[in-house]
Amino acid sequence: MDALEIARWQFGITTVYHFMMVPLTIGLGLVVAVIQTLWYRTGKPEYLRMTKFWGKLFLINFIMGVATGIVQEFQFGMAWSEYSRFVGDVFGAPLAMEALLAFFVESTFLGLWIFGWKQLKPGVHLACLWVAVIGSVFSAYFIIVANSWMQHPVGVEMLNGRPVMTDAWAVFTNNTALVAVPHTLFGALAVAGAFLLGIAWYHLWRRRHDGIDTIGADGKVIPGEAAGILGRDRNDHTVWIRSLRIGAVVAMISFAGTAVTGDLQGKLMFEQQPMKMAAAEAACHDGTGFSVLSVGNVGSKNCNAIVAVIEVPGILSFLAKGDFTTEVKGVNSLLDEYQSKYGTTVPDNPIYGDRAGQQIQYVPVMEVTYWGFRMMIGFGGVAALAALLALWATRKGTVPASRGLMRLAVFGILAPFGANAAGWIFTEMGRQPFVVAPNPDTSGIDQVFMFTAAAVSPGVSAGEILTSLVVLTSIYAVLLVVEVKLLVKYVRGGVASAMPELVHAPVDENEDGTPRGGPGKPDGDVLAFAY
Amino acid sequence: MELLPTIWFVAIAVLWTGYLFLEGFDLGVGMLMKVFARDNTERRVLINTIGPVWDGNEVWLLTAGGATFAAFPLWYASLFSALYLPLLLVLVALIFRAVAFEYRGKVDNPRWRARWDWAISAGSFVAAFGVGAALALTTTGLPLDANGDREGGPFAWFSGYAVLGGFAVVGFSLLHGLGFLALKTDGEVRHRARAWFVRLLPVLLLPIAGWAVSLQLLSGEAWTIAAVVAAVVAAFLAWNFARKDAEGRAFMSLGAFLLLGSASIFGAAFPVVLPSTLNPAFNLTVSNASSSDYTLGLMSIVACIGLPLVLAYQAWTYWVFRRRVSAAHIPEAHSFLPAIAAKALAPKD
Repeated sequence: MDALEIARWQFGITTVYHFMMVPLTIGLGLVVAVIQTLWYRTGKPEYLRMTKFWGKLFLINFIMGVATGIVQEFQFGMAWSEYSRFVGDVFGAPLAMEALLAFFVESTFLGLWIFGWKQLKPGVHLACLWVAVIGSVFSAYFIIVANSWMQHPVGVEMLNGRPVMTDAWAVFTNNTALVAVPHTLFGALAVAGAFLLGIAWYHLWRRRHDGIDTIGADGKVIPGEAAGILGRDRNDHTVWIRSLRIGAVVAMISFAGTAVTGDLQGKLMFEQQPMKMAAAEAACHDGTGFSVLSVGNVGSKNCNAIVAVIEVPGILSFLAKGDFTTEVKGVNSLLDEYQSKYGTTVPDNPIYGDRAGQQIQYVPVMEVTYWGFRMMIGFGGVAALAALLALWATRKGTVPASRGLMRLAVFGILAPFGANAAGWIFTEMGRQPFVVAPNPDTSGIDQVFMFTAAAVSPGVSAGEILTSLVVLTSIYAVLLVVEVKLLVKYVRGGVASAMPELVHAPVDENEDGTPRGGPGKPDGDVLAFAY
Repeated sequence: MELLPTIWFVAIAVLWTGYLFLEGFDLGVGMLMKVFARDNTERRVLINTIGPVWDGNEVWLLTAGGATFAAFPLWYASLFSALYLPLLLVLVALIFRAVAFEYRGKVDNPRWRARWDWAISAGSFVAAFGVGAALALTTTGLPLDANGDREGGPFAWFSGYAVLGGFAVVGFSLLHGLGFLALKTDGEVRHRARAWFVRLLPVLLLPIAGWAVSLQLLSGEAWTIAAVVAAVVAAFLAWNFARKDAEGRAFMSLGAFLLLGSASIFGAAFPVVLPSTLNPAFNLTVSNASSSDYTLGLMSIVACIGLPLVLAYQAWTYWVFRRRVSAAHIPEAHSFLPAIAAKALAPKD
């Protein structure tokens, strides 16, 4: 592998990893903000408990998104200096705005929320969470504006071989971004929905298993209390059943949202990057049919090597154009177009190294695009269906006693994560061989593009990038284990793990009669929360 | 001299100064976890002085990096790629440090805490050293070719200035951290921090003074040399205020020292943003490394709205958490009973 390939693996690994933490941060942040709002308005104890418990898990995950986000900003300059030089005039602005207008807000107000439970009035404290969460949504917007410019460059003209921004409005209202932002946000909510559903299911199952909740003659749940275990009272049952229902509803709504926005996005992509969509379909011929399942070598451009086992006529046209008859171009006819527009061989420029003069591979890795597209939709759909079944299965107030179903619900948490990762891998790998894909639909701008092979840092050796790939991947692996272990520990601890007051407050003295906490603790509200 | 690139050079100098002023003390407090704090309670006092604010402070680094990308893409590309391995170390340090703050208290176990304590102190040290080295090298130069790419292999960036800059930011951060602890804590920690501040000030500021002075010798102007002199006065004031138990004034004087020192350094470097040690013709300057006026204009509008807002709400955060923290405020560790493990207590059916 040369520097380019290692740098691509590094970008892929660090980005997919970062984007496991980010959707949970965005989705769970929104859910916790809504729950705390419910508590603020109703004062019901179960909402406070839900805020504290889900808020704790939110924070354990949030910090990993922060820590891995810095790598993202740095690696453009470190590993992709030619890319940074080429796009800096237009691509740097949304990144800088993300930090200045969104990430500052998110970090500062989250600090206020974590530590400010007693220092701030309840309404102000709640507002801090909302501000932080809205900051994270804006953060997503700016990053997607930057990414969308790579998918569909707009608002620039070429000056001395580099695109120069001429129309900021066009960049920040790029139609690619306007559909990708809601798609991504719904994808994030789907993650949060499955997260609530799986964990709440586990707790409800555990309460039944431990004999705390029982089933009455009418099949309805009779919530009980575990004497001696603080926090496992009747309210605890309310916490979990309500969390489960919120999670299921959020998961279903967000699947519908991703489907609608994904459809819009697909139609745009058929215009903006027809090759990506043809490769998603492994469609080597022009046609109208959507392949539900193709076997053989889907990566082959030789049409005889791909056999569509199940193909629905007209659906591909519907996905692309909204009707059932328009012929959609396949890989082979697009290949001719791309070669005549953007050249057949890699330009003879020292920047391409050994690749100069080789034939340009305009067709992305079709195994990845074909299966990535189907995994995204498949995982998303399975999660939504499971959420629907979960609502039905819990209509009498608790979950079935089956251990297998409980495991399914817990592992189901992974499905929307898989859908998110598959979607991003599809859209990024489907853009290859371009790092900035040419925009075919406006005149003059269609020569603004960059091959990925030209983007890597010329002065950085393969050894350096390999070092960082190995170091970052190992650290990420270790930290993933640590994060999941902590999440599991806090999930097992239940609400009490996030609410010391739940455990300690009712007990004012120790068994020997001395006051708890010891003397000399003035100004208890200096630290409403302490690390 | 073009106006907008010059304004953005100043803006980036301001962002780095803001970063060093704010994250400076939390990096310092992080390093002090091992060498200053004597037991777990004191370590928790230290962490909780910066707990609500360190993450917001770190965003200054991301903003400085992002603004450099937006305003001077060639500077960003050359500096970050030339310093590949040192910046990798900074990233690793920042990752561990961030996670450590959040995870340290999540498990009530001495070995767990000891590991994260190492992550916080070593992470803070490496991050401060690496940022300092990078900033020093962007003022003194790197072996860059005509395209702005590093020549001479993965370690070609190494020079005495890298070490000097590294110790400059480490030293400043340690001192600033002590000043912050004296201001933000009470009791034993406060008094010890103040005593250390007074005793260590000359040593800890020596490397940053060395960097500022050597840059004056390379490319100083009258006003930047005057700034160095003023910075020395500010340092003396900080020392004197600390000696007289005026912690707030000592803290602000050290802030003035940073402001003047940083003005003298960036001012002397101007208009070069990253010199090439191979050929002065390859120097990156405010004119040849900047974005278009359109982009800089857009960013100027955004910065004029965004930066005052950031300063306002970050100042509010410090106001909300203005009270001093002492050992007596630290609650017991919350070692919760896993609800699940407590199964034996559940009623049998």
